[in-house]
Amino acid sequence: MRLRWGLIDVLVVLYALIPVLWIVSLSFKDPSTITDGALLPTKWTWSNYAGIFRNDDFTRGLVNSIGIGLIATFIAMLFGTMAAYAIARLTFPGKRALIGFSLLIAMFPQISLVTPLFQIERALGLFDTWPGLILPYVTFALPLTIYTLSAFFKEIPTELERAAKMDGATPFQAFWKVIVPLAVPGMVTTAILAFIFCWNDFLFAISLTSSSAARTAPATISFFTGGSQFEDPTGSIAAAAVVITIPIVVFVLLFQRRIVAGLTSGAVKG
Amino acid sequence: MAEIVLDGVSKRFPDGTTAVHDVNLTIADREFVILVGPSGCGKSTTLNMIAGLEEISAGELRIDGVRVNERAPRDRDIAMVFQSYALYPHMTVRENMAFPLTLAKTPKPEIAAKVQHAAELLDLTALLDRRPANLSGGQRQRVAMGRALVRDPKAFLMDEPLSNLDAKLRVQMRTSISRLQKRLGTTTVYVTHDQTEAMTLGDRIVIMESGLVQQVGAPQDIYDHPANRFVAGFIGSPAMNFLPAEVHDDGLHTVIGTIPVRRAGLPREVVAGIRPELFQDTRIRHGASFTGTVDIIESMGAEKLAYFTFEPGTSFTQETQVVARLDAKSPISEGDPTTLWYDPAAVHLFHPETGVNLTR
Repeated sequence: MRLRWGLIDVLVVLYALIPVLWIVSLSFKDPSTITDGALLPTKWTWSNYAGIFRNDDFTRGLVNSIGIGLIATFIAMLFGTMAAYAIARLTFPGKRALIGFSLLIAMFPQISLVTPLFQIERALGLFDTWPGLILPYVTFALPLTIYTLSAFFKEIPTELERAAKMDGATPFQAFWKVIVPLAVPGMVTTAILAFIFCWNDFLFAISLTSSSAARTAPATISFFTGGSQFEDPTGSIAAAAVVITIPIVVFVLLFQRRIVAGLTSGAVKG
Repeated sequence: MAEIVLDGVSKRFPDGTTAVHDVNLTIADREFVILVGPSGCGKSTTLNMIAGLEEISAGELRIDGVRVNERAPRDRDIAMVFQSYALYPHMTVRENMAFPLTLAKTPKPEIAAKVQHAAELLDLTALLDRRPANLSGGQRQRVAMGRALVRDPKAFLMDEPLSNLDAKLRVQMRTSISRLQKRLGTTTVYVTHDQTEAMTLGDRIVIMESGLVQQVGAPQDIYDHPANRFVAGFIGSPAMNFLPAEVHDDGLHTVIGTIPVRRAGLPREVVAGIRPELFQDTRIRHGASFTGTVDIIESMGAEKLAYFTFEPGTSFTQETQVVARLDAKSPISEGDPTTLWYDPAAVHLFHPETGVNLTR
């Protein structure tokens, strides 16, 4: 019985990891052996990695990715925290509409927005700029932050705010000094989820940029070219893919438990 | 120190329910007043209105003669102890207790001195650097008290502060709260559903039910002269025996026989209320008596509770149970026919519909 489960585990893990391993393997292969089909590179090389970091477009793309991702996450967190707190604690007219709309946005097919956004951003001069990407990222990260954070806020007992009020706190002090410190684990989780969303995006990044001014790393990779017309940039693409995956893997490993708690919080108790 | 006046205070919720109806109450400076009643009687809502956590729908709340209806909790200078203690989990005991002072922008040396003083008073000095998660229930309760008294407020409000403690600790804390209140002399309003706490702690008790104040008075006075059947049944343990009675020339006809009382001014039917402790066993024979078969005896060590069941008869259609609280040395035993004596003058008579005490 145990053996059978072990076997199934191994199968599932292999199924999930083989493409990743393949990419990692490709990224270490010398261009001459890239098509040999072997999982383990026969000729190891760092040249793919060295190559992409010599490529200004890629480093610029990484800077764009980090900058745009951090700013969009910060803005989404700022507004998401306040909105989530209001949803968790207050009754106000339009609360249901707010929840409904944010769910709607989360479900909205992003592809259908690409063309209108392209036209709007060109008209407004936002095309191929950081704000041009930050804006749609905030829009789509907000529902995520609002949902996860309000689940966290709901788990904080209301008596704590009442106690803070009795102790002489203004509503903002009660929020800032009592609720926020208690919600920090939830906020960290939410921020990571929001950042991963921005980091992973390809659709907006490819459609709303035209140069390295705002093009993020995933989009930059798609513009890689080989050394000559007859050379495939496979090795470089693989190396770049590994590079942009690493931060996510590190984040997820560091905050694994919290992320799982964040994704499921409110599911059982709340 | 403050006098708190509730002048026709009511609370109606948006859904139309009235939680508190026209409460008139003057809580004197330094007084310890208990709001007691079953759950949902409006006692906590009343407390929250005094605190400012709940808006007052009608009437006026005055603290030291000043109307405070519209004031936020922080502008009322009142401290509150919550049932769940509501300690801030991310702060140490010291920070928890200092929190109200920090918010009030008290100078740091003064905060340290006040926290130290409160900690000594509550025996918390060894725990100041711990977090609430590492404290026992009783310790948490003391920290909650400390946070309330550290800033020397005009009044304390306590919302069932002992109900999360185990029975033994509850009794201990009860006496220490009582001692603390006498020592500090701070006006205190205390909410509980436990009639023992109400009887032992308060200078005065306010008994509430369905949003209405049923009676206000000193504990002994309420015990001796309950205003109505609800109060009579709520205060006292075990609860008062209630017997439906028909008024005749020779007295009241009940399941336990005729109770010799004067019928002047009584309606045709009444409810007779006899406290379990009014009954005496056969060794003391005076007043009226009844004979029944003891169903069950509960021996409490210092006393015995004897339960009698009277089957429905010709004039009384309900099975009626009577409890007597007797001396531990009483020779009665289960299954034996036993005669108990009582003073008919001490029997309370209640109106069968309104429940008003007719003997008061």
